[in-house]
Amino acid sequence: MLILECPYCGVKAEETELAAGGEAHLKRFGPGSSDDEFHDYLFMRENPKGVHFERWRHANGCGKWFHAARCTMTLEVFGTYTAQTAVPTQEIMDKITAKRPGWTWREFSDGQK
Amino acid sequence: MSKAVSVLNGAQFSGLAKVEDAGLQGMITLRGDLESSVLKAAVKAATGAAVPAQGSISVAENGAVAWMSPDELLLLVPYEDAVSKTAELAAALKGEHALAANVSDARAFFRVSGEGAREVLGKVSPVDFDAAAFKPGQFRRSRLAQVAGAYWLNEDGSFYIVCFRSVGEYVFKLLSTAAHPQSKVGVY
Repeated sequence: MLILECPYCGVKAEETELAAGGEAHLKRFGPGSSDDEFHDYLFMRENPKGVHFERWRHANGCGKWFHAARCTMTLEVFGTYTAQTAVPTQEIMDKITAKRPGWTWREFSDGQK
Repeated sequence: MSKAVSVLNGAQFSGLAKVEDAGLQGMITLRGDLESSVLKAAVKAATGAAVPAQGSISVAENGAVAWMSPDELLLLVPYEDAVSKTAELAAALKGEHALAANVSDARAFFRVSGEGAREVLGKVSPVDFDAAAFKPGQFRRSRLAQVAGAYWLNEDGSFYIVCFRSVGEYVFKLLSTAAHPQSKVGVY
């Protein structure tokens, strides 16, 4: 069972109180973008074995959206953080680096290139 | 005007715990900046209670205020005062980025009391109801089996439950089933 701490109300909510919102930090390509960009925005998603960033909503609770970073292989949760950000916060990236040195996800990584 | 009645008009069930329709309750949803001093004063004036801390409820003699989310409060006032209090709040919050709405008739209100109260709620909600984990004054929004609900624990060990009126009958039957006398689990 997945348990995430909602960063807005501090509740340790289990999966049934939450609604999954898909991959985090997508950049929207709308009118004016090329067909390829729009295609990738609509359909291309990460499917990593390991570190992953997702959006969740505390649906049966405060109703707020938030971000979560977790490992898809072990279900370990690295942390949750605010939805008011377009990129993972440094704090959450540091937490992941402490546990998974060398991690990468899309254009983000532990910075030890 | 027709006479207002609560969703199950005072229905009761006794089993592991006593489940009862807690009657008509004035409820006002207030959204806005909870740090604002104007909002704090307006809430105090309307209910007599202060803005509660995260995840809790502050109770006064004739009202209460529950923390719903970082920008939302649920104000509990006597049913007959709900309309006038909502208007007072709207007047007091003029110019603030805030909204008060009277939701009294959109909600159902239940009380679960007795020794088995923690167990009855524990069966239908994914929350730790251990005495050390869920203390009086704590307010929690979660789900009751398939529907959204919120509850808090009173000093006397009884729970008050708020849910949408449209699912009021479902919640009452759900709680009554969970309180069936032969269904004791004995966890809490």
